[in-house]
Amino acid sequence: MVISNLEKYKNCFVEAFALADGAQAESLKYQSIQEWDSVGHMALMALLEDNFGILLDTDDIIDFASYEAGKEILRKYDVAM
Amino acid sequence: MFSRLDDPNDDTCLLLESGGVLSYRDLLNNSSLIASRVLPRDVVLLVCRNDWESVAAYVGFMRRGAVPLLMNDSVKRDFITGLKDAYRPSYVFAPAGMEGGGKKICELGGYSLRSTGCEIDYEVHPDLALLLSTSGSTGSPRLVRQTRSNVTANTGSIIEYLKIRPGDRAITTLPMSYTYGLSIINTHLCAGASLILTDRTLMDRGFWGALKSQGATTFGGVPYTYEMLKKLRFERMSLPSVRYLTQAGGKLSAELSAEFADICAGKGMEFIVMYGQTEATARMSYLPWQYARSKAGSIGVPIPGGAFSLKDHDGEEIRAPGVVGELVYSGPNVTPGYAESRFDLALGDERQGVLETGDMAYFDGDGFYYITGRKKRFLKLFGNRVSMDEIEALMKSGGFDCACGGRDDDLKVYTTSRDVAKARAFLLEKSSVNPAGFSVVRVDEIPKNPAGKVLYGELEALGADSDV
Repeated sequence: MVISNLEKYKNCFVEAFALADGAQAESLKYQSIQEWDSVGHMALMALLEDNFGILLDTDDIIDFASYEAGKEILRKYDVAM
Repeated sequence: MFSRLDDPNDDTCLLLESGGVLSYRDLLNNSSLIASRVLPRDVVLLVCRNDWESVAAYVGFMRRGAVPLLMNDSVKRDFITGLKDAYRPSYVFAPAGMEGGGKKICELGGYSLRSTGCEIDYEVHPDLALLLSTSGSTGSPRLVRQTRSNVTANTGSIIEYLKIRPGDRAITTLPMSYTYGLSIINTHLCAGASLILTDRTLMDRGFWGALKSQGATTFGGVPYTYEMLKKLRFERMSLPSVRYLTQAGGKLSAELSAEFADICAGKGMEFIVMYGQTEATARMSYLPWQYARSKAGSIGVPIPGGAFSLKDHDGEEIRAPGVVGELVYSGPNVTPGYAESRFDLALGDERQGVLETGDMAYFDGDGFYYITGRKKRFLKLFGNRVSMDEIEALMKSGGFDCACGGRDDDLKVYTTSRDVAKARAFLLEKSSVNPAGFSVVRVDEIPKNPAGKVLYGELEALGADSDV
């Protein structure tokens, strides 16, 4: 079975922040949980880059302020969800 | 200390993230207001953020001769309760939501000063000025005792070698309760320079907005900050107001040091690697920016007023370059010692100006020092010191048989427990170590010698192929 981009995207959050399940990811914002601090942010960016084979721009890294905002940002890199 | 504030210069001020400005005169007025409510020698727990209220209260308590105990507001509530039990401060100054009871005395901005009503069953040494934690992540009540002359001496040395001047504006990147962050605040206030106060991180657009719009001239970073700058492609950023960057809080790899030396040189910025410990107030050495590239990986030379020496196994001084020994520092910024509870606040100078750093080092033919490792069992996770012994004790309290190893920013917790996820969850619940900074590794047995001492070398080899 092929994993959808959305699932892959969600899994990056689960892995970066050690979440119990993917549903938890959807409401997350930068610094809304202890795990999503600047260190967690770096881990998340690295996971997204590895999983989608992209290289995020500086502006996109610092604009990546929530789960939802991130979906829009990835669209710029031709990652449709 | 902070006498410069009495002679306000119109250009020097605190710049707030909101765009607001607080002049030195306003800062001093607020400081005096809050400090007038406490008595000299009172211990005050200051739960701080990088905002004007925390700076005003800190300055006020220091000028008043009270003894602030600084703790960052992001630490776990249990740690604050633990500190209050161990030290029985007379007052707590904290932002709304962090007060933890007590009788409200007055408010300052979003903070309040509360009297704890604790029974004061301890003495405070006349030289004690400030109490700082060395880590804050394991909830250990151990604090470093600093004196007024420690802080004054170290602040003066730093101002001298970094050439901090009134037009400078430092933007905060580190917690105020962390000695490196505090030293940036102290030096700028004492040099009549300005501070841009923010708790935003480098990963936040708001940070870069504040840096540019307020014209920051400098900021500091721990090794992880430089990893982030690299990720953000710092080399491509245009930051014309920045004159120099400093690095401390752990060893930056020689590669990253060299890379940033080049990037900064290309931007006309100075890049200054420094070395220090809370036990030495803040700083012990610095690498003059001219040598950032040619001596990349070095911690440089002692700060003005300080001296290094190296001791071999037998305690003999090493006089030849290239020979590794324990790094010993002496200078007026060496703190008198630790406190484990309020009863230690009466203690005097236990070090007499000489600090065994616990770091192993050598010097080269030009007298530049290089750290090679640590004698003590701790590592740094994103700039925060984490004692492996404390983590082991914490895990054992939860019934997990464990031993720790690993490197900076990569703590390994080896456990014989079958439930690795539970062990991980326990550590996250009981400490504030960053989840990205450690992994739990299952091992069949913790290797020990016949005397029961953990064989750490063998442990690392065991875990190498069973990482989870």
